[in-house]
Amino acid sequence: MTKGHQGHLNGVKMALRILVGCKRVIDYAVKVRVKPDKMGVVTEGVKHSMNPFDEIAVEEAVRMKEKKLASEIIAVSCGPQQCQETLRTALAMGLDRGIHVEISGKDYETLQPFHVSKILAKIAEEEKVDIIFLGKQAIDDDCNQTGQMTAALLDWPQATFASKIEKNNGDLMVTREIDGGLETINVKLPCVITSDLRLNEPRYATLPNIMKAKKKPIAKKSPADLGVDVSPRQEVLSVEDPPVREAGSIVQDVDELVSKLKAAGVV
Amino acid sequence: MKRVCTRQFRNLTRLRSFGEVREKISRSINHVCLSRRSLHGSACRLGELELTSVRYPHVQRGKYATLTEKDVDFFQKLLPQRVLQDPSELDGYNIDWMRTVRGNSQMVLRPKTTSEVAEILKYCNERHLAVVPQGGNTGLVGGSVPVFDEIVISTQLMNQIISLDEVSGIVVCQSGCILETLDNYLAERELMMPLDLGAKGSCHIGGNVSTNAGGLRLLRYGSLHGSVLGVEAVLASGEIVDCLSSLRKDNTGYDLKQLFIGSEGTLGMVTSVSILCPRRPKAVNVAFLGVENFEAALQTFQLCKGMLAEILSACEFMDQESMQCIQENLKLTNPIKSYPLYILIETSGSHGSHDEEKLNAFLEAAMGKGIVQDGTIAMDVTQRQNIWGLRERIAEGLLHDGYNYKYDISLPLPKLYEIVEDMRQRLGSKVTRVVSYGHLGDGNLHFNVTTPEYNKEVLGLIEPYIYEWTSQVRGSVSAEHGLGFKKRDCIRYSKEPNAVKMMVKMKKLFDPNGILNPYKTIPL
Repeated sequence: MTKGHQGHLNGVKMALRILVGCKRVIDYAVKVRVKPDKMGVVTEGVKHSMNPFDEIAVEEAVRMKEKKLASEIIAVSCGPQQCQETLRTALAMGLDRGIHVEISGKDYETLQPFHVSKILAKIAEEEKVDIIFLGKQAIDDDCNQTGQMTAALLDWPQATFASKIEKNNGDLMVTREIDGGLETINVKLPCVITSDLRLNEPRYATLPNIMKAKKKPIAKKSPADLGVDVSPRQEVLSVEDPPVREAGSIVQDVDELVSKLKAAGVV
Repeated sequence: MKRVCTRQFRNLTRLRSFGEVREKISRSINHVCLSRRSLHGSACRLGELELTSVRYPHVQRGKYATLTEKDVDFFQKLLPQRVLQDPSELDGYNIDWMRTVRGNSQMVLRPKTTSEVAEILKYCNERHLAVVPQGGNTGLVGGSVPVFDEIVISTQLMNQIISLDEVSGIVVCQSGCILETLDNYLAERELMMPLDLGAKGSCHIGGNVSTNAGGLRLLRYGSLHGSVLGVEAVLASGEIVDCLSSLRKDNTGYDLKQLFIGSEGTLGMVTSVSILCPRRPKAVNVAFLGVENFEAALQTFQLCKGMLAEILSACEFMDQESMQCIQENLKLTNPIKSYPLYILIETSGSHGSHDEEKLNAFLEAAMGKGIVQDGTIAMDVTQRQNIWGLRERIAEGLLHDGYNYKYDISLPLPKLYEIVEDMRQRLGSKVTRVVSYGHLGDGNLHFNVTTPEYNKEVLGLIEPYIYEWTSQVRGSVSAEHGLGFKKRDCIRYSKEPNAVKMMVKMKKLFDPNGILNPYKTIPL
């Protein structure tokens, strides 16, 4: 059971400390190819960028700082050396400093939300954060687990698929996107929030900020430093392309349509 | 979803050709229909656009034959199921993309092979039937649609890629291949087309070659006169001229293909091309910058030529009025604050971190010297596409205002913006918008004026003033769009009489009956 660092919670000024997770993934617009050995996808030489949902989380954190709700906003990324680029993007958008948890090679290939959530929980405790902001899911694995697991490890409340965040005295009022529509909940701090698409539109990093970002510090840590074991808990058996979509066919009339549907067993 | 919307907007750009709009059935159709409706809101509806022959009464129909039953029979036998005559289907072929000219063709032919094109032209030549070769119909000077009742020969079905040699990068294809389709095909093999333009989703390579299209990357990959290695064309007589070489170097005799490149379908109909394709760059960076005035824009260009040099692949500019146009009409967002002028710089290279270093050094220098006020670098591919969208979609945004007077001039660089300021004063509040944008790197200005409807008075204020202005500084009145129909009388502003005389002689030699794309390009 941990309680985060409490800033001013008397409703006027909050000095929240926010940790934002930024995952480096294959760029959204790039066509993903399966490796010939069918054990993964091709990542060598492929354009990578920040997970789009994490960009939204970064943007929200920056806006909270601009509204003087947050005092320090920290970016964290787990992965190989190139994660530093992802962190620089976050810093260019307005985060104060970065933490790179270096994990590479085999360890990185088998890294799962289970491991990442432990890492994030440890960092959150060390940095005494009030809010952990994550993207609702990563576009490479579509797990949608890290936020929830992190909250469980810390025994903190979680507000997932957030599309709107407002302060509500010392708490946060979060509107969530759910299957039935929108749900608004009151969340006590400290908490974990995962961002959904409609939360905001991330800004473009402007040149002066890009220049400033180069001077912002990025601390390096290893899983061992945080006491987290990243040994694999899963084994990938194979990775395959989805089946090729067959072309449709034009039917002459309704009778033919019905007979084709019957032949396919759907009627 | 935000990202899906980006895709749907791209689909809209792809669907500029009205023929395709009717045929394409996809999830984005609602989006397309909405946008079409809003395009029509203030613009003339398809049904209401005046016939060219009505709007330009001084243009007389030539002594060509008129289509008879016998002719229709012949074509239907030659191209079964590929002859269009239904008036509801012909609008897309009769009206240009900008909806400023409208022909009255009664028939569209859709051949699949060069020999079919040869048969068509042989017949038309014997019968003295005028024809218009048409690709994607995205031309901006009314050169791709009939003026009267010329028969449209569409390359829509001539879309086969014939061969690709991956080692040399030479692709051979039919003239009806869509530029973006070719580029996607090449992308899978780490190559790319040497040209790129906003109309890529609809334009045909045959049209690009026939108009010597320039585009966004001329700065880096040169003009089609250099990258096209071979052309196969059919003459008016039906003779096939096969100069479809796939050789990088071939100095045997007169280089006939150069005549077909840029002659806008008036010397022959291009049926196949072979093009030298460069390697697709491994690392692309896009920066969008804001500057205070044109002087600063030129300084920025000078600086980036020096510091980015071999990795520079595009240098475009647009003014604040262009930005306002796309913000208001297309709801696009400006990634930085408002500035009088914006510059888009793209670098393409083989090594990401080297290029980033060069780009960062350039940006630091530009900001440090106070030449550039602010800017942004695309952090991922989507941002890169969005930033390019700001420049590529201005033409589309302008259409929403109603009628668009479009000019494409080449001027000595220092004078490039002077003409804009002069025209802005001259037109004052009589017009909706005066925007300028273009290829800073090539000294090419796209100057545009919009009004809710076609307005003869406004036209009179712009022309011939803008042509005379351009002529006085020895600029070109059509840098890359060609002359087509709208600028058919303007060649004298940029070419000497003797040169024009030679062109007329050549036209008479290649096309004695004048059936190929008449009333266009050169004054006969």
